[in-house]
Amino acid sequence: MSISHLYKSFGNNHVLNDFSFTLHKGENVVVLGKSGSGKSVLIKCIIGLLEPDEGTIEVLGKNITQISRADLDQVRAKVGFLFQSNALYDSMTVRQNLEFPLRRHWIKVSQQEVNQMVTNALEDVGLLHTIDMMPAELSGGMRKRIALARTLILKPEIILYDEPTTGLDPITAREIIELIVRIQRKYRTSSLIISHDMTCVRMAADRVIMLIDGRCYAEGRFEELQKSTDPKVKQFFE
Amino acid sequence: MALPLKTREFLAETGGTARFAGRFFSEVFRPRYELAEFVRQCYIIGYKSLPLIGLTGFIMGLVLTMQLRPSLLRYGVESQLPAMVGIAIVREIGPVITALIFAGKIGSSIGAELGSMKVTEQIDAMEVSGTNPFKYLVVTRVLAGTFMLPVLVMLSDAISLYGSYLGVNIHGVTSFRLFYMQVFNNLSFGDVLPAFIKCFFFGFAVAIIGCYKGYHSSKGTEGVGRSANSAVVASSTMIFVIDLVVVQITDVLGLN
Repeated sequence: MSISHLYKSFGNNHVLNDFSFTLHKGENVVVLGKSGSGKSVLIKCIIGLLEPDEGTIEVLGKNITQISRADLDQVRAKVGFLFQSNALYDSMTVRQNLEFPLRRHWIKVSQQEVNQMVTNALEDVGLLHTIDMMPAELSGGMRKRIALARTLILKPEIILYDEPTTGLDPITAREIIELIVRIQRKYRTSSLIISHDMTCVRMAADRVIMLIDGRCYAEGRFEELQKSTDPKVKQFFE
Repeated sequence: MALPLKTREFLAETGGTARFAGRFFSEVFRPRYELAEFVRQCYIIGYKSLPLIGLTGFIMGLVLTMQLRPSLLRYGVESQLPAMVGIAIVREIGPVITALIFAGKIGSSIGAELGSMKVTEQIDAMEVSGTNPFKYLVVTRVLAGTFMLPVLVMLSDAISLYGSYLGVNIHGVTSFRLFYMQVFNNLSFGDVLPAFIKCFFFGFAVAIIGCYKGYHSSKGTEGVGRSANSAVVASSTMIFVIDLVVVQITDVLGLN
């Protein structure tokens, strides 16, 4: 995935200002930035939920700013998205939540295969017993795991995580990060994680990108950035 | 001279709803057709509203009969009670009261449901799952609302007339057959058809306004509550506006 010279504004608020970066195959990249710095806007531009003002976003060989709706859906079938609020469908059971992307992406699988895929995804996150429960019956951490299982069910090549530990207690947050890392190793996916949680950054990142003033202000390994003397970078590690 | 803020907000909302309705018409005929979700919405919007609509219809018919009776008795035309109640229910009271109850129950629930889905990113999740959320959520609900309200009104009218029959029999004895003959002998094509047609417009207005308010909900849970509330207020007002327009049209066409 490659993003170059991305611009996005809301009125006079220039959220992304010449932002560029590349995500390599099998890599875990964390985009670190303050609240309101444009991290969620970036990730929504990547998945096509927001249209950038300028710039190119190439995902799996396709420039998603210029492709048709049908092509965009094909790209989306290979890119998982874990929403900050989990976005589980309240009116559906856990099973129906997981089946939804399979049914909607026109993937030709039998009911038996669907059942197997749902079971496998739930086993991956250790919540097979919740299969017939409603999202309202689950705790915050469980909902996050189910949302992750729904993201995994299509076996995506890239997974985008929008603040995966927000709203969770430190222990559950740590479990979710460990799960993310384990899944990345198991399925060899590439991951882009948006976060301001330093524990998440330290545990999950192969490379860290600092989104400051709407652009890629600094990038490198966690340990490298930790030693930075730049005051804007340093403030995150203090 | 700049328009007052409230006026500008009202015009923006009206324009936004009109654009939203325009998008509905541009999407409704294009595949993919969400038939299963449409049937599910018909069940929720139609079947599940039946007890409330039935109960209010029954009370409406009974109370209207009991209220009208003394006045008619004063003029010695008590025998015209079934005909009067029948015309009042079929032409006006049945469709309007049912539509208002429908707005309260369905308009608010659509506004709150879609509003909640919007603020918890469920609509975005549908979008990234290869689904056009407008077709899946809005088109199905608007179609179900448009086609279910006329059915509910017909059932409500029938239950109201039964309530009226019981009301007539509180102070006298009138056979079921005589009551219904008096009702239907005094109803004409011009009484039934415009009343039936306007129900489609009422149903469409309630559903499209509920969807618009929910789909454009913002500012968290507070916004969801506001969406539900404003969906009821706007769609109830719209029901009276449509009713006024339909009466003018039927008057011009000589159907009154």
